[in-house]
Amino acid sequence: MKKIIVLLIPLLSLMFINSASAKVLRAGIKGEPSSIDPHYHNLTPNNALSREIFDRLIMPDDKQQLMPGLAVSWRAVDDLTWEFKLRKGVRFHDGSPFTADDVVFTFERAPNVPNSPSSFMTYLKGKNIVKIDDHTIHIKTKRPYPLMPNDMMTFSIISKKHGQGATTEDYNNGKAAIGTGQFKFVEWVPGDRLVLERNDDYWGKKPEWDKVIIKPIKSSPARVAALLAGDVDFIDNVPTTDIERLKGESGIELSQGISNRVIYLHLDHKRSNSPYVKANGGGSIKNPLQDQRVRKAISKAINRDAIVDRVMEGVAIKAGQLLPEGFFGVSSNLKPEPYDPAGAKKLLAAAGVPDGFEMTIHGPNDRYINDAKICEAIAQMLSRLGIRTAVETMPKSVYFGRASRGGPGKTPEFSFILVGWGAGTGEASSPLKSLLHTYDKSQGFGASNRGRYSNSEVDVLVEEALATIDDAKRQDLLAKATEVAINDLGIIPLHYQVNTWAAKKGIRYKARTDETTLYSGVYSN
Amino acid sequence: MTVFIIRRLLQSIVVVFLMSLLVFVGVNVVGDPVDMLINPEADQAEIERVIRHFGLDKPLHIQYGHFLLNALNGDLGKSFIFGMPALKLILMRMPATLELAFSALILAVLIGIPLGVYAGLKSKAKVSRTIMAGSILGFSLPTFWVGLMMIMVFAVMLGWLPSTGRGETVLVAGIELSFLTLDGLSHLLMPALNLSLFKMSLVIRLARAGTREVVHQDYMKFARAKGLSESRLIFVHLMKNILIPVVTVLGLELGGLIAFSVVTETVFAWPGMGKLIIDSIHLLDRPVVVAYLMIIVLMFVIINLIVDVLYSILDPRVRLQDMKT
Repeated sequence: MKKIIVLLIPLLSLMFINSASAKVLRAGIKGEPSSIDPHYHNLTPNNALSREIFDRLIMPDDKQQLMPGLAVSWRAVDDLTWEFKLRKGVRFHDGSPFTADDVVFTFERAPNVPNSPSSFMTYLKGKNIVKIDDHTIHIKTKRPYPLMPNDMMTFSIISKKHGQGATTEDYNNGKAAIGTGQFKFVEWVPGDRLVLERNDDYWGKKPEWDKVIIKPIKSSPARVAALLAGDVDFIDNVPTTDIERLKGESGIELSQGISNRVIYLHLDHKRSNSPYVKANGGGSIKNPLQDQRVRKAISKAINRDAIVDRVMEGVAIKAGQLLPEGFFGVSSNLKPEPYDPAGAKKLLAAAGVPDGFEMTIHGPNDRYINDAKICEAIAQMLSRLGIRTAVETMPKSVYFGRASRGGPGKTPEFSFILVGWGAGTGEASSPLKSLLHTYDKSQGFGASNRGRYSNSEVDVLVEEALATIDDAKRQDLLAKATEVAINDLGIIPLHYQVNTWAAKKGIRYKARTDETTLYSGVYSN
Repeated sequence: MTVFIIRRLLQSIVVVFLMSLLVFVGVNVVGDPVDMLINPEADQAEIERVIRHFGLDKPLHIQYGHFLLNALNGDLGKSFIFGMPALKLILMRMPATLELAFSALILAVLIGIPLGVYAGLKSKAKVSRTIMAGSILGFSLPTFWVGLMMIMVFAVMLGWLPSTGRGETVLVAGIELSFLTLDGLSHLLMPALNLSLFKMSLVIRLARAGTREVVHQDYMKFARAKGLSESRLIFVHLMKNILIPVVTVLGLELGGLIAFSVVTETVFAWPGMGKLIIDSIHLLDRPVVVAYLMIIVLMFVIINLIVDVLYSILDPRVRLQDMKT
């Protein structure tokens, strides 16, 4: 008995020292991933988590710039072939080496996970992968494909050894959740906690934290309270209403950063008799939104400064195009439309509707920061111009279905809507292709073009850009396409979202434009 | 009695079937889950693949037929979001909710009955008036507000209790329980109290009314005249008689506690069924919502049946043959 005690004392003290010196980060986050399987669900919380446990060929940095990940370099060998040189000496969490076979295997599995509610097919179709040697791969396409590097930062590379025959369940319970990433998977209790620990053999910069405990706290006041109470060290998605209060707390530090998400208005360009646009008094009217002057008048009548100051409490940046400065493909010629009520009145008169008309703005009330309040503000501003605007907001689960497919023949239902768009690829072709290119099912263009905007000049420029490998030329084409579309008011940009994270004093977060929360980006100062 | 139970079971099947129709149709006409599932960057082909994969392109009656056929085999469908059987998903979260509901029930009884009896015995005292006023607040204040206030006071300002989550759990017979550890208990206290406030007020009112009625009964006067001690008077003669309505009501309220702890679970990030169901409603995870409601319907049907049977056992005057339904 004595012996056991003598043995136990150093053991216990060792445990005590360990637990005292281990750096643990407890995080309270809004969105919980639906799975640990990196290829099961192509959605933000899942993708954010997957790049902690797994790595990508190319890893976007906090500004979504392309940084070498499991690929150290890449180039277009010819118009139809991209070559990726893979990093040598990388090991998976179990010690097995990373090779080209793992990448080839990932290409097979990622688009074909059973029951996937949203697959990675979007980024993988039409791409043929060829292994050249253990650390070189070629990806071939049928047509020139300049966005290859951007697509390679969207999905995580898994181990062939552990992934073969593995189901989503095998990843969720940890059996197959073995990647090359900065953190190792420890356990996941859905709805309660997700635990990661540092990968000490990581090939790149190792994170600060020995252990990360992630708690999903969906309710925003509860999340803020958990931080104030000291139950968590770090939270994401701080609501704008609490920012002022948290600034006043001495024990709390905020981290803020602009996002790639533009909040904009889409207008019905297609139907000459639009269901939610009426003449004064409720009679029918030829859709005035088809007139560029009316669209311009609407844009001029919106006081973006007031929205940013009052509705967003200063936490947003007014927008004049699809992506903020610094992103690939933005135009240096586009500025936010200044508030000009007199000019707006003149334009309305010139368009033949001097007394305005009646219209309804539709928007979600639980999707973007303060979305319903923005709709109300815009309705008031337009009503002052003479366009009597009613507001109808609804939960996102109802809103998006109706906005995309609610009308006859699965067409968009509404006439004038508030939406947001975050460019997943981190460059301007993403919004141009999805929002402003003519709706074209066969080629996959205009999938979110809920105003059915159609301008052949934009279409030609976007398609040319998407076939131009040369970066400088493509940048110019995208900027030109943006200018044409915005000057024609295909959409009316309002502002870029700014996201806020909060932590206890001494901990900061490197705010990311893609709005994701990465524990490897949390650091103490 | 056997005839009665068989008749009730047959009626229950009809109720469950009708509910399944109502729930399924109700859940399926609201919104469009595709946009909740899909990545916004997905193109039209991927959107159509998802619509087809989940059978959302089929007419409603065919979707319902599929659901019914599978349900008869015990399969209530697969969660759109988690890809696993909805029933399994719900059962995984059930222990946490049951723990919370029973803790709330116990708190309601342990605190509610003494306060109610006291208020009944000394109805003129200031303390009694305070208790009754408090019970009115317990009835009328919204749960989420009280929950947030509790977090503000006990977690943020005083720092006594943790504000969120479930705490450490112990595995007992394959079920995770948190009330067996100190950490788990400290996490459990606030949500349980929050959930129990409404029921506690109910118990206080029932106990007070019962006490006021019983103290004036002849058998109480007789017992007192016999010279029984005050404590025996209260704990035996009074208690026994006021407990009948309390037990009846609480039995029925238990179902509600289990089924609708949604608000408390959301405020305290308690990983139970309530949080699952509210997330599923937000994201339109239809199979989970339908499965959850079906489970709740079954639960209520069974509880009601048990209550009816118990009545006949407890009170010989009630004969089941005489109860038409």
